Amino acid sequence: MTAPCTLGAGLGLKPEHYDDALALQAGGLWWEVHPENYAVDGGPRLAWLEALRARHPLALHSVSLSLAADAPPDAEQLERLARLVRRIEPALVSEHLAWSAWRGHYLPDLLPFPRSHAALARIAANIGRVQERLGRTIAIENPAHYLRLPGHDWGETDFLAELVRRSGCALLLDVNNVYVSARNLQTDAADYLDAFPLHAVAEIHLAGHHADPRWGQALLIDSHDAPVAEPVWALYARVLARAGRAIPTLIERDAAIPPLAALLAERERSQGLLAAMQEVEPCLPA
Amino acid sequence: MPPRLSHFQDGLAGALRPGGAIGRPPAWLAALATQPGFAVYRNTVAQGCLDALRANYPTVHQLVGDDCFDGAALAFARRHPPQDGRLLLYGAGFAAHLARWRPTAGLPYLPGVARLDRLWSESHCAADAPVADAAALAALAARAPEALGRLHLRPHPAARWLWCAAHPVYTLWRRHREALPVDAPLAWRGEGALLTRPEAAVRWCALDAAGATLLAQCARGPCLGQAAGATLAAHPDAALDTLLAQLLRAGALSSSTY
Repeated sequence: MTAPCTLGAGLGLKPEHYDDALALQAGGLWWEVHPENYAVDGGPRLAWLEALRARHPLALHSVSLSLAADAPPDAEQLERLARLVRRIEPALVSEHLAWSAWRGHYLPDLLPFPRSHAALARIAANIGRVQERLGRTIAIENPAHYLRLPGHDWGETDFLAELVRRSGCALLLDVNNVYVSARNLQTDAADYLDAFPLHAVAEIHLAGHHADPRWGQALLIDSHDAPVAEPVWALYARVLARAGRAIPTLIERDAAIPPLAALLAERERSQGLLAAMQEVEPCLPA
Repeated sequence: MPPRLSHFQDGLAGALRPGGAIGRPPAWLAALATQPGFAVYRNTVAQGCLDALRANYPTVHQLVGDDCFDGAALAFARRHPPQDGRLLLYGAGFAAHLARWRPTAGLPYLPGVARLDRLWSESHCAADAPVADAAALAALAARAPEALGRLHLRPHPAARWLWCAAHPVYTLWRRHREALPVDAPLAWRGEGALLTRPEAAVRWCALDAAGATLLAQCARGPCLGQAAGATLAAHPDAALDTLLAQLLRAGALSSSTY
């Protein structure tokens, strides 16, 4: 499964980097944004996004569709997302295997749930509803875990593979989340990745994490406020080797934003690994 | 017995909301809450609300400092959690909350400053539309003044305004927004402000009480002549020509209905 355009390594777009982002030219470069930050009627945000879209591929990474809630996605929100998708024609659209809205309230986080048979049916239906409205597949991301939950009928990799089978969705593999979750739940990240249905992966996320101030290395936080850690780079290389193909990869940074040059250096590292296995030329900015 | 998905979400959402109490939790939720990772979710949810309010009310934050702002913000989030993922729109009603919340209730100008922060966000996110053509209107006024009075001029979608009779909220607000000296002498009198977005960015200027009335009248929909009449009734000294020119110059009026 590949994106419509051959995407290489991309970056999460931060408002402080708008001007530089517009001017950048780098093979395979693309940008990702949260559609929630552009769900406005007009104004400079949308204008910037459209200007950037005219130069680079863009991806929409949603955080609030709440696909794992025991309820259908909010109809108005889905319409807003559909409008934005029509407007900027993103290369990729993604969401998380998590919930964040419940009974009219939004909890700004990506919350866990027991991977039960009933949850699988509900989430597959919710993904189907979104894909039908958007007229395209979306990619579902494995979240970071901090809790051992009761009531799992499924392991996460099997659950994701079954979602792919039932809904036709793609997957977004967040390698940092795999690392953080394995540390927090005391499982093995490499085993998880070996079981991951890589054939369905349309996008990879890499990000930094930090240790909880109280619990230290026993509790890692997916904080997106640091460079990608070396063990995560190693797992990423392992994923690419197993996949045998270049998979569009995004470096996320949402806090303690460094100068763009620092993020570009991380992007270059990813782009280098992708280029080494790329069969076709990456798309260049218009 | 593991909970059904909806029961699980009722329990966890209740426990993770800012100020959410677990109370007498079911056994599965009590067990979850003993794990160190439970606090990660609680903290992330609270921090998400706090970060959004800090981003949306930067002037209030600057005026009262971290501790006071965070206290006010968390108290607000407990009563008014976000309703959807558009956190850039979160915080409607924060100004009224600041007026009621005991530690800030003694700062009577603060709700007005918060309203200006909110108006900035509203203007920033409002729909695009052409502004009324000042030159065309001036030509019309010269050629056929009575025709001008029959026009229906509506406020531009990105125009926001406020009149505060009691406090110089506009000066307080813009000193922080424009990084002007905050300890300069301040005349303690009522002030108003007009926020517009004639091009890409939100702009602001002072607005007097008559200007606020005229805009409010235009928003109600009568023709310009009637709006002007109502404005003069409330503010007999208003210089309507000057006022209209100011509104047009700022891009506060829309060209949509002639």
